[in-house]
Amino acid sequence: MMQDRISPALSVPSAAPPTGLASRRDVLKASAAAGGLLLSFSLPGLAKAAAMAQAPEGGTALTAYVRIAPDDTVTILSKNPEIGQGIKTMLPMLIAEELDVDWSQVRTEQAPLDPALYERQFAGGSMATPLNWEPMRKVGAAARQMLVAAARRGWDVPESECETASGRVRHLPSGRSLSYGALAAQAATLPVPDLDSVKLKDPRDFKIIGHSIPGVDSPLVVKGHPLFGIDTVVPGMLYAVFQKCPVFGGKVVDANLDVIRKLPGVRHAFVVKGGTALNGLLPGVAIVADSWWRAEKARGKLAVTWDEGATRQQSSAGFAREAAELGKKAPAHRLRDDGNVAAALKGAARVVEAAYAYPFLAHAALEPMNCTAHVRGDKVEIWAPTQNPEPGRTLVAQTLGLDEKNITVHMTRCGGGFGRRLANDYMVEAAWVAKVAGAPVKLVWNRTDDLQHDFYRPAGWHFLKGGLDAEGRLVAWQQHFVSFGENGNFASSAGLASDAYPAGRVPNLSYGASLMQLGVPTGPLRAPGDNALAFVFQSFIDELAHAAGKDPLKFQLELLGQSELLPGRGAGFDTGRARAVLEKVREVSGWGTRSLPARTGLGVAFYYSHLGYFAEVVEASAAADGQVTVHKVWAVGDIGSQIINPTAALNMVQGGILDGLGAALNQKITIEKGRVVEANFDGFAPLRMSQAAPVEVHFLTTNHPPTGLGEPPLPPSIPALCNALFAATGRRIRELPIDSALLKT
Amino acid sequence: MRYTLKVNGRTHAVDVDSDTPLLWVLRDSLDLKGTKFGCGAALCGACTIHLDGAPVRSCVVPIAAVGKSAVTTIEGIGSTPIGARLQKAWLAVDVVQCGYCQAGQIMSAAALLARNKAPDDADIVAAMDGNLCRCATYMRIRDAIKQAAKDEFGSAAAQKKA
Repeated sequence: MMQDRISPALSVPSAAPPTGLASRRDVLKASAAAGGLLLSFSLPGLAKAAAMAQAPEGGTALTAYVRIAPDDTVTILSKNPEIGQGIKTMLPMLIAEELDVDWSQVRTEQAPLDPALYERQFAGGSMATPLNWEPMRKVGAAARQMLVAAARRGWDVPESECETASGRVRHLPSGRSLSYGALAAQAATLPVPDLDSVKLKDPRDFKIIGHSIPGVDSPLVVKGHPLFGIDTVVPGMLYAVFQKCPVFGGKVVDANLDVIRKLPGVRHAFVVKGGTALNGLLPGVAIVADSWWRAEKARGKLAVTWDEGATRQQSSAGFAREAAELGKKAPAHRLRDDGNVAAALKGAARVVEAAYAYPFLAHAALEPMNCTAHVRGDKVEIWAPTQNPEPGRTLVAQTLGLDEKNITVHMTRCGGGFGRRLANDYMVEAAWVAKVAGAPVKLVWNRTDDLQHDFYRPAGWHFLKGGLDAEGRLVAWQQHFVSFGENGNFASSAGLASDAYPAGRVPNLSYGASLMQLGVPTGPLRAPGDNALAFVFQSFIDELAHAAGKDPLKFQLELLGQSELLPGRGAGFDTGRARAVLEKVREVSGWGTRSLPARTGLGVAFYYSHLGYFAEVVEASAAADGQVTVHKVWAVGDIGSQIINPTAALNMVQGGILDGLGAALNQKITIEKGRVVEANFDGFAPLRMSQAAPVEVHFLTTNHPPTGLGEPPLPPSIPALCNALFAATGRRIRELPIDSALLKT
Repeated sequence: MRYTLKVNGRTHAVDVDSDTPLLWVLRDSLDLKGTKFGCGAALCGACTIHLDGAPVRSCVVPIAAVGKSAVTTIEGIGSTPIGARLQKAWLAVDVVQCGYCQAGQIMSAAALLARNKAPDDADIVAAMDGNLCRCATYMRIRDAIKQAAKDEFGSAAAQKKA
């Protein structure tokens, strides 16, 4: 029974986009679309084109996505928020390709939040490519078809005699041509073609897709233009800080508001009662001042008596002790049982036993959480760096008791997201504070707020046994995952899918889980679930390879076996695609062919994450004092038939891999007495340039739908590093972050 | 307190508390939003500006300590030959992911190139290690700095020939 209850929740962390923070329905919808229902993807934006055709600025609107000006400038709207993943460049590239314009004609613009026109608008789960690869090209092709129809009408010629290129329609027999700018007004009066009827280009004819297009906003970024949420200015705006209880779920008993109100520049100081949902408006004290610095300075004098509540009893050390106890027992919940693990372990020629653990992690986007809000009567205007504006608007509507229709959310550029801005707690805080203050308010968190009030990557503990037969084949796998959750449901991003590899490839395999209660909010961090599980699975497989006396890469290939589609995300886990990236990384890294210096080693790992396949080899060494140096990373990815924007793809792969290495080398969030200890970048350290190794990237092009790159490169980087350190030192890293003391000579 | 500040060649008068960090004076008094807030403790480098050409973290420099020093920010660095070359190289290499740290990166790089026309990898790391890039665009930052440095040599060589 428990298996039935727990299984659906298991798929959630891997389903990613708005995991745990949006409705389950959204997740299923996104997953279904990725699974091959793209043709049924509706494009209400096209249906409403006629209504939008009168758009006053920037020329004539053909659809909700495309405007064309008389000077042939084409403005293409990007529906999703930009968090650094390059979406504001990539989505318009898809449209521009099929519209058949030159990229030099194109300007791109952030679309407003309007799901009725644009469907779900979010940045998460590496979903933008699989969800939009075909629909956005159809958007472009439909607009092109309207322009061709307008030209044909004027010329009274058949479609077969017309062609398009570089933003012009040409009539081939007569040589006449008209620019899109001259045709747009007429085209906008024509019906939007049925999307299933539009013809898409042969990929061999692509002129934009597959070519490197630099980030569209980069020329403004390098000059310091105000693009980010934190740069928002609204006339008459005040500035706010919001102090919540350091212990999660704590409430305000009393605060010295009389003292605070007298401080220079302070306009308002008040208690926000808030609620109990950790992803909603929480209790705290708001200070509103005529400058952010004065609000922040006043916070230094703030004295609050808190009712800290039950979470005060929780700590990382306590969880580790409890997990160790639970790990000795049988799992409370069975997730999967294949064959007879107990018998297989008993009969194994060699049994390997290991316990793995990883800590809580924060997102630490460099732009601190912030939001600007203006409440006027029953209307709210919000400027927010958010990955997930729609649930944010719902949260504001519900918390302030207003109609969603009266809430406008402007999506600003985000200074990083990594999953943090899928939650909209800071949005509802800004709206509430602005409402009470009766003025537009910009709320800005400081770094301590950010690190101590996150939705953390949950910590986890895994107790494993593996059995090898006399030929060194993996015949038994037993895994007890001690995680967090309640009532048989994993906490957000704290799950383990019953079909996680190597399930399906080990004849006797069991996955089980025991759940501890947690008062600390958790949520998706880049490659949710996989960013932790890859470390456990791919490290333990490496251990077993060494125990079997086999080359780890060869052992991995043998375990993957023949090409087969196993149950898994999207269309499933394709063992053949996994083999292919492993074989390619063996070749490009010179695996097994190079002699390395002492205490230097190569490690390999692969993972299927968010529809992408990546295999990575890390070359790393440990100094006599245990200090780790990563010398180089080779990465081979298979994300399908097309790399849409190669320069951005390469940047994303390199960044994702270094992000993983940074987490493995440097990062943990420590809970003590129900609160986070780390308060700034000295305690919680993202990777710096001195730790950034070169990352060589290769892509395999395969006949599968293209998919995204935000997450897939990250998971294998961590076990590849740990496996390299084993090769270098003979010491096995079973706990993150890497403790260099374990690697000393 | 009233202070007179010279920023990017222009003189501004501001009236702020004496302990107000230069970062917030730039951002909120002068509306120069290019200089970014990341940590408030000189740990991330997002707020890097130049005081008389030297790179400093403006989040920990109180306005009272600025005195007569000339302040240069990302909005002004493009008017210098080094700044212009760096901005050009940043675009040519397509460094930016989220972009939030890049103003600080460019300011640190500009200070580096002003004192070292041909930095090697170690020089670059030494100058740039205080600037976090959470997207980890470090490989491209390194490449862009080298490209900007090469541009300089290129033009110097051309001048010698002429």
